Amino acid sequence: MTHAGGYSADPRLRWPEFLPWIAALAAFFLLPEYLSLGARILIYMLFALSLDLILGYAGIITLGHSAFFGLGAYVAGILSAKAGITDPFLQMAGAAAAAGLLGVVTGAVILRTRALALLLLTLAITSIVLEIANKASWLTGGADGLSGVTVAPILGQFRFDLFGRTAFLYCLAFLFIGWFLVRRLIYSPFGAMLTGMRENTARMHAVGAPVYRRLVGVYAISAVMAGVAGALLCQTNQFVGLNVLGFEPSGELLVMLILGGVGRIYGAFVGPLVYLIAQDLLAKQFPEYWYFGIGLLLVVVVMFAPGGILGLIDKWMPSSKPRSSAKASAH
Amino acid sequence: MDAVLETQKLCKSFGALTVAQNIDFRLQAGDRHALIGPNGAGKTTFVNMLMGVLRPSSGRIVLGGEDITRAPQAERVKRGLGRTFQINTLFRHLPVLDNVALGIAERRGVAHRMWRPASSYREIIEESRELLSTLGIADVASAPVMDLPYGKQRLVEIAIALGLRPKVLLLDEPAAGVPSEETDKILRNLQKLPSEIAILIIEHDMEVVFRFARRITVLVQGEVLVEGPPEEIARDRRVHEVYLGEPHHG
Repeated sequence: MTHAGGYSADPRLRWPEFLPWIAALAAFFLLPEYLSLGARILIYMLFALSLDLILGYAGIITLGHSAFFGLGAYVAGILSAKAGITDPFLQMAGAAAAAGLLGVVTGAVILRTRALALLLLTLAITSIVLEIANKASWLTGGADGLSGVTVAPILGQFRFDLFGRTAFLYCLAFLFIGWFLVRRLIYSPFGAMLTGMRENTARMHAVGAPVYRRLVGVYAISAVMAGVAGALLCQTNQFVGLNVLGFEPSGELLVMLILGGVGRIYGAFVGPLVYLIAQDLLAKQFPEYWYFGIGLLLVVVVMFAPGGILGLIDKWMPSSKPRSSAKASAH
Repeated sequence: MDAVLETQKLCKSFGALTVAQNIDFRLQAGDRHALIGPNGAGKTTFVNMLMGVLRPSSGRIVLGGEDITRAPQAERVKRGLGRTFQINTLFRHLPVLDNVALGIAERRGVAHRMWRPASSYREIIEESRELLSTLGIADVASAPVMDLPYGKQRLVEIAIALGLRPKVLLLDEPAAGVPSEETDKILRNLQKLPSEIAILIIEHDMEVVFRFARRITVLVQGEVLVEGPPEEIARDRRVHEVYLGEPHHG
């Protein structure tokens, strides 16, 4: 179940890889009252997938991935609320471009560092973006959030309805595209090279790889994906709040990915699914203590399944031997 | 004959500590040159300056007639400088084949491609396999490097460097940490290397040095003490004094 890519890897789809899509379509038909939660889960899956690409494969550690998510959300929202652009794909394109640009610019500055320095710099960047969003209230709505976001029907046909049916399928389509591209990338020479940088940077330098340039490249790709996820959140909620930026959403995302399993593609699916459903259930049952339940879940997973939930499946099914475990990528 | 690799008055100091002092060094195509010296003589510093890991304080490095003193690592590798590491620097969790293929993909300029699966690049995989079989480790191509005995891991180090088709190959203690019964195997592989490659070997094991090298440079405290063919070095009194630890009386 690990997807390590590389020159020895078989890139063909295996049957469990169809499960997420079958499950998503089944949920669409069988659980109509949960579609807005479903859309939220799909958005976080895309966001987590973008993190897995840089953390799990390239070994770039970050606590600032919300900068791109939040920027994407705000750009999509501002394009609608302030510039009157209501076409969802135009909003999406704007969000993706802005996030990608921020990824290149900040990546070029911070990716010369590693480990703790890098962690702090990423955190600093999302904090700066948060502060800008907070202060520029004429543009972003500040602490009140950005309302008045309108999204025209997709392709002039499919209106975002009250039950979240359109939103769910819309998010599912973007997740599918993101998944398809990431999977392609992981199994390509570029993906193999990412794993090489994670495993041993000194060696990648010594075989003549322009390591820094490649890191900035993959960081920008990931930023675009995160920006698209942010735009999806904005379009489906028709609102953007400051809580999409800063440490909290970044940390929460990291927790989701670790929960699911790092460096395996599908950890980014399992993590947000379990985390957001648990959050939903716990918040209903114990509105005051739900974070306690999340904390407990995380402690159990980290202690008993250091490879995340998908790591447990590897343990139980010895036939699918992990080659690059999440343990390796966590360093 | 022109040198493929040359250093001119190469110096490096960290504050008051001088680890390389006016090193003049030449390597010609097909050379089998050894760099020896006691611990702390500055051998690895010298290699790191050649490779671009460390920047010299002063002096020049010339590769194939061009000044590479300030060139980044990647560019030096592209111009034909390959190295192995004193301590295994491998992709430990990746299969042996991938360890070699990653370097070959860089050399062939396809490592940035994002669409076709890596495993469909037949020419890279075939070249990797051939390389592994010339070194006698084709049987472990699909095993993760970390599962290999240390001696075989040393051969993977050499395989990665060879995959870059270097004009100059720097071998930083290729037999370090290898049990003596396996040293011979590594040495035999080194002797089979293509004769046109200029090889600089840094080694403590004198048996390896004297069997492999046709010229030897002795480095002491960052300075070249003496350079010459093995017979001369073996007879040189100063070498015995400072390096072999046998003070010369009268």
